Amino acid sequence: MQSTTDTIENFVNSEYKYGFVSDIETDSFAPGLNEEIVRRIWERKGEPEFMLEWRLKAYRHWLTMTEPHWPNVHYPPIDYQAYIYYAAAKPKKKLTSLDEVDPETRQMFEKLGISLNEQKRLSGVAVDAILDSASVATTFKEELGRQGIIFCSFNEAVKTHPDLVRKYLGTVVPANDNFFAALNAAVFSDGSFCYVPKGVRCPMELSTYFRINTAGAGQFERTLLVADEGSSVSYLEGCTAPMRDTNQLHAAVVELIALDNASIKYSTVQNWYPGDKDGKGGIYNFVTKRGSAGRKAKISWTQVETGSAITWKYPGVILKGDDSVGEFYSVALTNHRQQADTGTKMIHVGKNTTSTIVSKGISAGHGNNSYRGQVKVLKSATNARNYSQCDSLLLGSQCGAHTFPYVEVRNSSAIVEHEASTSKIGEDQIFYCNQRGISTQDAINMIVNGYCKEVFNHLPMEFAVEAQKLLGVSLEGSVG
Amino acid sequence: MLEIHNLCAGVNGKPILKDLNLRVKTGEIHAIMGPNGSGKSTLAQVLAGRSDYTVTGGSVLFNGVSLLEMKPEDRARAGIFLAFQYPVEIPGVNSTVFLKAALNECRKARGEQELDAMEFLALVKQKSKLLELDPSLLNRSVNEGFSGGEKKRNEVFQMAVLEPKLAILDETDSGLDIDALKIVAEGVNKLHRPDNSAVVITHYQRLLDYIVPDVVHVLAQGRIVKTGGKELALELEKRGYDWVLEKVNPNASHD
Repeated sequence: MQSTTDTIENFVNSEYKYGFVSDIETDSFAPGLNEEIVRRIWERKGEPEFMLEWRLKAYRHWLTMTEPHWPNVHYPPIDYQAYIYYAAAKPKKKLTSLDEVDPETRQMFEKLGISLNEQKRLSGVAVDAILDSASVATTFKEELGRQGIIFCSFNEAVKTHPDLVRKYLGTVVPANDNFFAALNAAVFSDGSFCYVPKGVRCPMELSTYFRINTAGAGQFERTLLVADEGSSVSYLEGCTAPMRDTNQLHAAVVELIALDNASIKYSTVQNWYPGDKDGKGGIYNFVTKRGSAGRKAKISWTQVETGSAITWKYPGVILKGDDSVGEFYSVALTNHRQQADTGTKMIHVGKNTTSTIVSKGISAGHGNNSYRGQVKVLKSATNARNYSQCDSLLLGSQCGAHTFPYVEVRNSSAIVEHEASTSKIGEDQIFYCNQRGISTQDAINMIVNGYCKEVFNHLPMEFAVEAQKLLGVSLEGSVG
Repeated sequence: MLEIHNLCAGVNGKPILKDLNLRVKTGEIHAIMGPNGSGKSTLAQVLAGRSDYTVTGGSVLFNGVSLLEMKPEDRARAGIFLAFQYPVEIPGVNSTVFLKAALNECRKARGEQELDAMEFLALVKQKSKLLELDPSLLNRSVNEGFSGGEKKRNEVFQMAVLEPKLAILDETDSGLDIDALKIVAEGVNKLHRPDNSAVVITHYQRLLDYIVPDVVHVLAQGRIVKTGGKELALELEKRGYDWVLEKVNPNASHD
């Protein structure tokens, strides 16, 4: 018995393969945060006046707030003055086309499997690549532009489409929403912006790729995605970071707005550096993601989270419009000393609103995985329906899994269902596979992938394959 | 094919197999019978390489290669197949995907080309007909929600697909009604060839009405205490195990 448990434990001792550091010249501020820094970020980004007010308001509010400590994660106090709040690759000259992206930067993204070259593209995926605090390149802009779709860096959008940004920014996640969202609002330097006009189905997957490179830098990006009436879009987000032994801070905000009859599918494969086996280093990932769904609109979150030392995120949907639909499909893996407190919020406001939650937690090593989900049915939400399923899978005997469901129902016509299960990959299951000629590593991959199938089915095809491989790598170890 | 010399093995420091000797030649079917707790299942698990059991002495040669140092998956790839007494359920893992992975591992080890999906499905169709297995079972997760009989039949089906050199059937008859027993036994008979061997572990004689062994062994108190032809099985059925045990150890009290 003991030796098989050991095999599982050896097996999960994996190496992070995106941990390289790229030598790219950056333009960074000195560490620290004050009004002056906020002002300088605004200045550096060349934003319109209204953004400065917005940022300063957020900063002043942030000063009055305290870091939340209710999540089931433990970490030493964060010194917010020790982080660098602005770092951007120094452009050698002004870019006029994609071909002029700095070769070092291009090489780094190539190494990550992200091609900035439109000819060598993934079939039908437009990419906005973000390095540290600034957007590097957006592909397929022209092709999208022909349909009236705006897909560019946030910084570009705020200059070229200030009215759109002003109309929607902070409408779903207000600047004072929570401690990390307020910090983000004050200091965010870039992100992605997307607007899909009325009735347009976006012809390709849109994708943002985030990379933190500079040591000691915090990454604060903001994504704003608006799907106008009757439109639809599928959006992918990927993240990696180098291996560093200090903890890097990532506090992002994502706002989704699906107007009447629109649909947004937002998929994330998050693979920030998780820290080493003993829990040294890794990204602190404190993210606020929320969508607002209009009448008959649909917002679907799918996430595969394998990275970060600490994950704190609850992608949610406010089901404002009647007959709107919210979905959350999640795989969260914690290995070594990783800690995740993640889940979703489904707020039912409109009539006949439905939400589905499928959460699959995987804990290995000393990992600690908590699902925290809130389902709230307001008085107005007649005939609201929710179905939640939270499963936990344990590998080895030193990890933990927890479930914290919060259900609040104010309308008696609502139907809310919650199912939860905990299972363990058994030694006998692995032995059974071994006896048929399948190695322990393949057996674990097979079982874990089988367990996550329900979530992977909701990812776009290419991403699903990627996610499967990523889980394999994250669980890979020294078993020969 | 298989040569076991003075094999000693136990679990949690408790000895179970004590100087066990057994020789199975290519093309033979051996039956191992014996009372409960005699070490029959331990023998099967030790041969398959289950790490819960510790081997404390002796040697096992499989086609001239020492088996005990090999990892379980390498033993399987070398051609050892264990039909489990209690096949485990693996939720979420599709039976077809599982079996295809297993077969291709074994084929790779034999230096054969891996089968693609179409070739594999053709093979599965042929074998499921041979064993009268409901092909819809293969669309489900490995053993999940299978009845006891379905699980056992699925074991024999996997054996048919993997074509091992040595099949060890651990109480494959337990929990089967007579019809299922016949189907499983017929399957084993159909799969038997001059170039493979089988070790059939059973508590009751009735399986041997359908699978005719070349050699019958009685395993008791961790060793083979009697070996004979197929008529030995009938004698055991009539007289029970006590007379064999008394001969081995006249002073032992019956337990």
